[in-house]
Amino acid sequence: MENITNEVTEELSESMQILEDQTNSDYKYGFTSDVEMEEFPMGLSEDIVRKISAKKNEPEFLLEYRLKAYRHWLTLEEPQWPNVDYPPVNYQDLIYYAAPKQKPKLNSLDEADPELIKTFEKLGIPLNEQKVLAGVVAVDAVFDSVSVKTTFKETLSKLGIIFGSFSDAVQNHPELVKQYMGTVVPYTDNYFAALNAAVFSDGSFTYIPKGVQCPMELSTYFRINAANTGQFERTLIIAEEGSKVSYLEGCTAPMRDENQLHAAVVELVAKKDATIKYSTVQNWYPGDKEGKGGIYNFVTKRGICEGDNSTITWTQVETGSAVTWKYPSCILKGDNSVGEFYSVAVTNNFQQADTGTKMIHLGKNTKSTIISKGISAGRSHNSYRGLVKVGKNATNAQNFSQCDSLLMGDKCGAHTFPYLEVENNTARVEHEATTSKIGEDQLYYCKQRGLSEEDSINMIVNGYCKEVFNELPMEFAVEAQKLLAISLEGSVG
Amino acid sequence: MLSIKDLKVSVEDKEILKGINLDIKPGEIHAIMGPNGSGKSTLSHVLAGNDNYEVTSGSIQFDGQDLLELEVDERAVAGIFLAFQYPIEIPGVSNSNFLKSMVNSVRVSRGLEELNAMEMLKFLKEKIKLVEMDNSLLKRSLNEGFSGGEKKRNEMLQMAALEPKLGILDETDSGLDIDALKIVANAVNKLRSEERSFIIVTHYQRLLDYIVPDYVHVLYNGKIVKSGDKSLALELEARGYDWIKEEADAVGV
Repeated sequence: MENITNEVTEELSESMQILEDQTNSDYKYGFTSDVEMEEFPMGLSEDIVRKISAKKNEPEFLLEYRLKAYRHWLTLEEPQWPNVDYPPVNYQDLIYYAAPKQKPKLNSLDEADPELIKTFEKLGIPLNEQKVLAGVVAVDAVFDSVSVKTTFKETLSKLGIIFGSFSDAVQNHPELVKQYMGTVVPYTDNYFAALNAAVFSDGSFTYIPKGVQCPMELSTYFRINAANTGQFERTLIIAEEGSKVSYLEGCTAPMRDENQLHAAVVELVAKKDATIKYSTVQNWYPGDKEGKGGIYNFVTKRGICEGDNSTITWTQVETGSAVTWKYPSCILKGDNSVGEFYSVAVTNNFQQADTGTKMIHLGKNTKSTIISKGISAGRSHNSYRGLVKVGKNATNAQNFSQCDSLLMGDKCGAHTFPYLEVENNTARVEHEATTSKIGEDQLYYCKQRGLSEEDSINMIVNGYCKEVFNELPMEFAVEAQKLLAISLEGSVG
Repeated sequence: MLSIKDLKVSVEDKEILKGINLDIKPGEIHAIMGPNGSGKSTLSHVLAGNDNYEVTSGSIQFDGQDLLELEVDERAVAGIFLAFQYPIEIPGVSNSNFLKSMVNSVRVSRGLEELNAMEMLKFLKEKIKLVEMDNSLLKRSLNEGFSGGEKKRNEMLQMAALEPKLGILDETDSGLDIDALKIVANAVNKLRSEERSFIIVTHYQRLLDYIVPDYVHVLYNGKIVKSGDKSLALELEARGYDWIKEEADAVGV
């Protein structure tokens, strides 16, 4: 009995807290901040690309890179193959650079614009150094286009870890940026990757040296604030031989009637024996109940297990955005390398999500696991799209995929598009898929035990997602459960 | 505490209950017996508020309230507990988490303070002892992969934890071996009190060897056709249901 104590205690406080937070049901990040912004004029041109680069005092190689990407982008068409439907984006109606005018100095919070601090307080980011010191999380916050403050930098730098904004890395470690940027997601990869490469304004950069286990979770919050702004951040994480890092990304945006574009690129590089765990809790504004507004989330995320015995794990909880188009992928190049993808994607009202992963097996004895849990409610559409590819030389590659869809109500849709390309006959590939409706008998049973309908749904849905939540760091798992509760409020009955 | 008057219930336009009258006082145990298809389970689920059943006429008063006006969860809060014949599996939800959420949710709805983690642990420990359940079941997903006996024992644990005014056991004895049956009966006997009543729905009388009812009712063709004390159960055991059917059919039920 005694060894149950802890589990019982933990689970109890967790679930009760979630119940409490339930009452707080609307999109709670939907405020705007009156921070004075410096913005470029609307529209995209070579001139704007040059301006962004100049503004950021970038070295020549980066400007060249941006221009090549921009010229390539001009030759591309927006992809039509995802199972989503949205009016065309006018790329000339967007602002490609916006930054808080009074750029806070990095040494003290007191110098920051008080409005900005208020924003972060509302977001619940523990920017306050003392609060952060009490915890185990280092935070880098990207507000519109500029990274505002990185906590814990010193602690990390003693270990040789570089963690901060992409712009800082460009200034302080241009050689690393030059060596790795675009090696996993080249600008030629796709339409939005090319756009991002041309106009990205900031993002996050992490470098873990050889043999170092990062002692804390590294965390980045992205927030879009200004109207008509596109957010194009880049994240680059390099884990040298034998190193280990866990990274979390959180996303919010204010409520706006018009759609806002978010097109990010994330690149991960894991060397021999290195482990990267990348977790995302995506809560961009999903639009209102009639489907008005919301974020277009067109993101390219890819990691390469370059060295032998390396591991990359993507865990994502996607509850926000009007339209999501995102396939965090792993290239398993090193022998015995491991790729994992754990995903919960929730769509409600008029949200659309087309998300999944690609596992590219190149090395011998490579292994991948895909666990995808889709939940659709309202009139939303939720698609899983996944590719498992086993190359000629990938002897004894193994994949296990499980794709489950849960439907709530009868006006939503769930779709599964699995793709399989196997060129080596020693491969073992397993795929399981289920589609179920939320069980009326389960709801009845929970309610007969005195739980309200909402609580019953949360309990059932959280149980359904448990395999994925288990992969998240503890505090983020709690956050994810709360988000799920909020996203699904009022979806049945 | 429970008063059912002329209750008629249909499922998809087919009348299943055709005028049930039943009064249960605090502390009483009523056994409802009857052949298959007589409407026993329907009565259990109508009391719990399952909306697959349509109440076409009649009334149910429970503890001074109009039960038919209450939702399923409101009835649970009011003190009605239904032990399911086939307990539902909920993957990924740990049994302990479910128990705790259930207990505190009902406590709050009843105007009581939530139990904190330590109080909850102590509270649940006592209840677990009552049903002689193995602790390892607490960590597993709710009812998932439980044996028949484990499921029923778990139902008894939930009943003990929710402290209902009226416990309804819907064919809880079906599929149980004699040891499991004794544990279920034992739990009911321990929970029996002057304020708490039970309805034991069963096809066989063997459960009633261990739970001694105050009244036994025979349900046939949607009506209570015979009521008596525990000796009626023994008579049914000895003679089967045919004589009841014949009697009832003769008077045109």
